[in-house]
Order: sequence, then C-alpha cells, then structure tokens
Amino acid sequence: MAELLLEIRSEEIPARMQARAADDLKRLVSDGLKAAGLAFAGARAFATPRRLTLVIDGLPAARADVSEERRGPRVGAPDNAIQGFLKGAGLSSLDQAEKRDTGKGEFWFAVIRKKGGPTADVLPGVIEAAMKALPWPKSMKWGSGTLQWVRPLQGIIALFEGKALSGRVEPGGKMAPVVFGNTTRGHRFLSRGEITVTGFADYEAKLAAAHVVLDPAARRKTILEGAHRLAQEAQVALKDDEGLVEEVTGLVEWPVPLLGTIDAQFMDVPPEVLIVSMKTHLRQFVTTRPDGTLANRFVVVANTIARDGGKTIVEGNERVLRARLSDAKFFWDQDRKVRLEDRVAALKGVVFHAKLGTQAERVQRIAALATAVADCVPGAAKAEVMMAAELCKADLVSGMVGEFPELQGIMGRYYALHEKLPAAVADAIGDHYAPAGPNDRCPSAPVSMAVALADKLDALTSFWSIGEKPTGSRDPYALRRAALGVIRIVVENKLRLPLSRFFKQADLLDFFAERLKVQMRDKGVRHDVIDAVFALGGEDDLVRLLARVEALQSFLGTEAGKNLLTAYGRAANIVRAEERKDKTLAARIAGAPDVALLELGEEKAVASALAEVERTVKPALQKEDFAGAMQALAGLRAPIDAFFDKVTVNVQDKPDLRLNRLKLLNQIRATMDAVAAFSKIEG
Amino acid sequence: MSKPAKPQCFQDLILTLQEYWAGQGCLILQPYDMEMGAGTFHTATTLRALGPKPWYAAYVQPSRRPADGRYGENPNRLQHYYQFQAILKPSPTDILERYLGSLAAIGIDTGLHDIRFVEDDWESPTLGAWGLGWEVWCDSMEITQFTYFQGVGGMEVDMVAGEVTYGLERLAMYLFDKKTVYELPFNSPTSEVPLLYGDVFLQNEQEQSAYNFEHADTDMLFRHFVDAEKECARMLQLELPLPAYEQCIKASHTFNLLDARRVISVTERQSYILRVRDLAKACCEAWLATQRTPTQPSPSGGGQGGGA
Repeated sequence: MAELLLEIRSEEIPARMQARAADDLKRLVSDGLKAAGLAFAGARAFATPRRLTLVIDGLPAARADVSEERRGPRVGAPDNAIQGFLKGAGLSSLDQAEKRDTGKGEFWFAVIRKKGGPTADVLPGVIEAAMKALPWPKSMKWGSGTLQWVRPLQGIIALFEGKALSGRVEPGGKMAPVVFGNTTRGHRFLSRGEITVTGFADYEAKLAAAHVVLDPAARRKTILEGAHRLAQEAQVALKDDEGLVEEVTGLVEWPVPLLGTIDAQFMDVPPEVLIVSMKTHLRQFVTTRPDGTLANRFVVVANTIARDGGKTIVEGNERVLRARLSDAKFFWDQDRKVRLEDRVAALKGVVFHAKLGTQAERVQRIAALATAVADCVPGAAKAEVMMAAELCKADLVSGMVGEFPELQGIMGRYYALHEKLPAAVADAIGDHYAPAGPNDRCPSAPVSMAVALADKLDALTSFWSIGEKPTGSRDPYALRRAALGVIRIVVENKLRLPLSRFFKQADLLDFFAERLKVQMRDKGVRHDVIDAVFALGGEDDLVRLLARVEALQSFLGTEAGKNLLTAYGRAANIVRAEERKDKTLAARIAGAPDVALLELGEEKAVASALAEVERTVKPALQKEDFAGAMQALAGLRAPIDAFFDKVTVNVQDKPDLRLNRLKLLNQIRATMDAVAAFSKIEG
Repeated sequence: MSKPAKPQCFQDLILTLQEYWAGQGCLILQPYDMEMGAGTFHTATTLRALGPKPWYAAYVQPSRRPADGRYGENPNRLQHYYQFQAILKPSPTDILERYLGSLAAIGIDTGLHDIRFVEDDWESPTLGAWGLGWEVWCDSMEITQFTYFQGVGGMEVDMVAGEVTYGLERLAMYLFDKKTVYELPFNSPTSEVPLLYGDVFLQNEQEQSAYNFEHADTDMLFRHFVDAEKECARMLQLELPLPAYEQCIKASHTFNLLDARRVISVTERQSYILRVRDLAKACCEAWLATQRTPTQPSPSGGGQGGGA
C-alpha cells in the first residue's frame, strides 16, 4: 500500500479561505480516486498561508484490468440508435460489438475493457482535474497566463511511493509550466533554499525544521497556549475570540505570540474604541482584568522569530496602536466638548437618502414614531423615549463615529452618559440599532425597545414609500434585517404592537409575514402550520399570531388533533368535490343548516356539537386562549365520525336534504377554519 | 556622491525606492502633471495595464484626496500626499521577492520585523478597475498595497500587472519613528538647510483644506464636471484616447472636490461615480484599440518645441 503526497504552494492564501480549500482539495481528489476505481485507507488535508497539502494513505500500487459490459439496442434498430450506442461505448463500428440473444430478442453488446496498470499513471490526471475544479471564492490570473488560482502558483509536490509523479500545470501565456516535483520551500523569512522530501512524514518533519507548522490545529494550539501564558504572566486574562484565532492561524506559518502594552493615556477611552482598533484593525488580542474590565495588555501573533526576541515587533505594534488610539483619544476628548443636543442641527447637513431627506428629518420621523410605539411598550416613559429618539443619531456627526463608523450608537451612549442624561436614554441611544442580526443582542429595556422599533419601522415605511423594496438578493438598505429586528424585539419581549397602526402599506404587512415565516421555519416550526395560521389573514399582532401557531402545532401533535384533522379532511373533501361539480353550490350552502331538515340522530348530533363549539370557541379566541379553542374543536370529532358512518350526504332523490347535509359539512369546515386554515395542514 | 546605506529622510526614501526599482528594470517616470486621487490614475498604470505589451515602470505620484484634509491638525491625515508606485507587467514570478528586496533597501530588516500578507482585494469604482492582492503589514502597520490587476475600465486585462503602492508619508513616519507627518525630515537633518515635511507642506494643508471644505466654488465645479465630460466624449469621437483620458482624470478630481464640499447626496454620489466610470471605460476601450493595432503611427519629424 502506498502514499500520495500533494502540496500546492502559492503566494499567500487569504486566511478566510484556507480551511475550506483544504477540505475541497481532499474531497475532489478523493472523488477522483474513487471514480478511477482506486480505493484508499485515509486522506488528510492541511493549509498554511502558502500551501495546501493533502496526504492519502493506503493506495494500491497498481489497478487490475476491469471489463464492463454494456447492452445496446436491438439488432436491426434504427441507425441513430446504433450510432449512439457505438459512440457511448467508444467503438468505431459494429464489428467491435457482439450480438447476443437475451431471450427477449437479439441485442448488441459492447465489452469495454479498461486496462489496469500502475496507479502512478492515473494520479496526475486526478490531481489536475481536482485543481481545475477547486472552487476558490475568488481567484485570479497572473503574469501572461490564463490559469486561475487564488494567488500565483509557485510549485507542486506530487509524490507517489516517494517518487515524483509525471505531471505539470500550465499557467498559459509565456509562463513556464509548474512541474510536479519533490521539492518545496520553508518559511518565507526563516528558511532558505529548496527542501527535498521523500514522503509525508519526511515532509512534515522537514517543514517543521524549516519553521513551518503544517497543521492549522497545531498552530492554533501554539497561538492559544502562548497567548494565554503571556496573559497569565502579566496577570491578565485573554479575551476569547474564536474568529480572530481562526484568522490569525491563517496569517502565520510559525506563530510567535508576543505581549504588548497599551499606553496608559488611552485607558480612559471607552473599551469598545480600543477593541475596534486592536481587534478589527490590527488583529491584536484584547485582555481583561480580574473584574472583567479591559486590561492594558494585548497579544499580537507574529510570523517570525526575531533576532531581538520580538522587542522591535512589540514596539512597532505598540507604535501603530498608539497612532490609531491617539486619533481616537483626540476625537473622544473633542467630541465630549459638544453636547449631543447641539449636534442635532448638524444632521440637517447629512443626507440620509436623496428622496427621503436628511438625517434630521429622519430623526423627526423616528421621534414621532417612538412616542406612538411607546404606548404599546409597558414602562416606557414618554419623555425619555422622546429625548432618546431625538438624540439617537447625533453621534453620526461626531469625530469618533466619522473615523470608526462601526461605533455608531455606542459612542452616542457614552456621550449621553458623560452629559449625565438619564441612563435609560443613554442605553436607548446605544441600543437603537440592535438587533443587527439573528444572533445579535436584542433590546429589552422599555425606552430602548421603543426607539429601536421606531428606527426600524421608519426605515421600512420610508423606503417602502419610495418603492425601494428588497428584491431577490438585492436589499441595499438592509430592510429584511430591519423587519427581522422588529419581529425579534416584539416577539422576545412579548409586546402587543398592532403593526398596522404604524403604516398603511398592506404589502409591508405581507413583508413582515414573510420574514416571520422565514424566521419560524428556521426555528423548525412546520411550514404548513405557519401557512394555516397566516392564511387567516389580517393579523398584525405578531405575539397573538405566534401564540396561535404554537397552539396549533402542539394540538396537531396530539391524538385528538390528528383525528380531528382526518374528520375535517373528510368533510372538506366532500364539499370541495361537490363544489367543483356545481359552481353555484358554494353560495347555496353558505350559512347554517336548516334544523327542520335534520333527519338522523347523527346529523343532529353534529349540529348540536357545532353549536356547542360555536359557544365555546368564540370567547376562547377572544381571550386568545388558542389551546382552549382547539380543545373545544376536538369535541367535533366523535359526532363527525358517527355522521360519516351512518349518513349519506349525496342522497339522489332528495335535493333539499342533500343541500342541507352539505351545509352541515360546510359549517364544520367554516367553524374550524375560523381557528386555523386546516385545509393547509398536510395530514 | 554615495547614498547612505539606509534612508535618513523623506527624500532619501524616494531616491532609494527609485534606485531599487530602476535596478529591477523599471522605467523611472515622473509624476503625472494633473491632480489625481492615487498613483493608479497615472496613464503609466491605468492605460498601460491594458493591452498585450509588457511594461515595467515606477514613479512618485502626488495624490489628492480633498475630503482627507484636516487643516494640518491631524498628525497623519493629508489631502495631498505622495504615493510611490511600481508596476510590473507581466507580473514576474518572483515579484514578491523583488518587493521584499525593496523593503531591505529602505532598511526594514526582516530579521527584526514581522512582515505579513493580509488579504485585501482592491477596487476602484471610478476607474472600473479591480484586482486581488494584500495589504503588507510590518509589525501590524500597513506599509504597502500589493495588487494583481485583473480588470481596468470594466475590461479584463490581457496580461496581469503586479502593482506595488507605498504610502510614502506613513512609511517614512514608521521608518523615522515620527509621531506626526509634519516632523518628518524632508531632507537630511545635517544638510545646510534642513527642512521638515511641515516646513514644506503645513501651510499647503491649511490653505487647501479651507479651499476643499469651504471656498471651492461649487457652481463652477459642477460646470467643470460637465465640461470635462463633454470634452472627453469629443476627444473620443476624434479617436484621441490620451487627451480624452485627461478629461476623465479632471472629472474625477472635480467630483472629489464636490464630494468634500458635501454638495453631493448619497444617491447622487453613486451616479457621479458611474459617470466617471463611463468616461474611464470609454477611454480605456479607445486606448486598447490603439494598442492592438500592429503598427503604431511613427512620430512625425521636427524638434521638441519649448513650453508656452
């Protein structure tokens, strides 16, 4: 059993693409091997910034010959059928095929013999095909070539049983081919010259000696352990940041965590500002003190062993951070000299959208909406809602948000606290953009909820009014996110907010319904249950709507629910079938059946059960006791079953009786449909 | 006169980079004599990146970003600054090694510093240009933008140019350990008349910021934009892509000034960018047509006259 080692070396691969590319390479080569009839014991893939590596164990050294039979058309079949068969089987004429009697007549058969042979003959083709198929999120050409790869290719190791395979990749143009070989290079700065390898174990060991840690998991471990140790030694704690670890792992071949210090003069700048600078802009790890507040140390992961032990690198990082933070501190100091209230006027100069006016106009709309919304938010003091709404966009014209747009809202909150405005107002300014997505934190304080809802409702209604609605993948104003934000705030805080009080556009309510459906589907609610409740229409209270969905879903999970659904189906099917035959029927069977025409006990039983249900369901629905309403419906099941056992609906000679019975069935349907559109439920 | 081993001042940095890239076979060109937002606008990059002909060049380009003016009060933000740009087409296979050689030349020792390549794809909406590459970080500071051009003027390139762009002021502040750009030694501190960057440019930043933000005549600028647009179209009619492209550069800078004056709304902004892009696209197409014709018109006789 033999080993295949493949290394595709290139200029620096973007960190975010490495893991996926290694997986794709493994999958594509594995599939190629299987398609070529080559079994193997295992495959492992690795990525560093400069290479994708794949090792496959347990491949056979050679494949046996295989023959495959293919049945063709009947002897004497039309010529195009014969030609198709020959082409498909790779034959040039019928002389190469044989006739065989299958018992159902004479058919042409082709016997295709696939020559076996050394595995090494097949592998180059498998590798080339996998490279061609590898789906980089973005790829490029280079030099005078036409080949696409994530960054320029530099070399390929393709070793089978320790010997280089015969193969090459042509970049095209006037570029030299990249020939399969057995050499690679180590770390960009810590290694010189070529490294010749004989197999994976040798390769991995020689790379390690050349300062390349091949396995991302091992780099990650070094980063985390080193960073935690450095933090511990400085008596601070590393702030966990999965995304940053992942990214940094893809930026280094030889990780060297180093500890730096934040200049003391910046420590009174809000932590969010420091974090944005360190993490987002410089990929530095933040640390915290035992009380959870930001510590004055950071960890940076270098990609080299410096002669001075990293002193220059740390100083450089501190210097870059200092430059960034001195900008930030300048803004922090300057911004606090101007009250938020005094910034509001400047919003007149900031265009929100050409057709929707300035941010100042938007703020006025938000303020009006927020006070109206506040009526539906228990505990939201109007004066505070008003103040927060009027100030919520003021930080957009502050220096800090100009420089760090991702701090909008957050800075407004700090400036409000600095001015000693009520905490609820400051928090509402800070919270009003939330939630920014399905996993973002959702506001729960009353003033925050009112302003956050108003912010989103204004965006939705305003863009709706100028015809800017999301279509397909185009949603430039993030209106889907805004609608989802409204849904989350309302649902998670159980707010009773009649949406149609805040806008008149009917299709906007449909848009909310659509978003809510998507959200519920993602949470695993049955789509037919959702449809059954939404089909009732006209519901603009999301909490009530969801309560009904939940009640229906759990009712349908019970025996009583399932049986009732069957009974409903029988009734509805008969009515539907008759309605199809006679277009005038629907109008004639609307309304209650004539009691005088009820003949049989089973009919009367259904009628009285319906009357009973009518009595209990209505008040239950009014009390929003949906579970109760559904329990009441369950009482219909036994009389309906008995009815179908004994009563013939379509009595031929008595049209009045037939019509009355259809009325009865139709009433079953109508009564149940008032609770949910049971016809939408899949049995 | 021999240059010191490592640059000691701003102009040394420029001279060192020029000498280094000249040694790599690059033409050393001079700045384009028009206002532009970045070195990429120079015909030596935008136009030469198109077509099948090889092209190695390097040059300094004064770059104007009117909205970045800070009246000389921000230590590292300027409305007028210098980019050094090298463009190698087709990109040689050892282009990154050559680039790293330039870092060694300006005194960045990779035995002491941490150099990392961080994904950063580049796009110029106004030029309809895009490419893939990196920000090059030295000890977490971005010192270079490295781009493999994939398209210009909305068209895919025939041959890929590797573009290396150094922001000179920022790089110099790092090399010479200065907290503010205005304290950078422009020439050698030991020269007869030692001058700082601030001596040369502080007043310019103050006055030009006032112009960009307060005084630029926006009615005039709107007219200039339309005029440039028209002139560009007229030159294209006459099949003169180079004069046409200059009008495109003019329109782009005029737009940047209007943007700094905040007289263009968010949505209008997009439409102005698209208008400049349409000009750039048309100029690039016209230029490309001249590059693919097998014979170039031979220069007519006559000496070079003096300027006006």
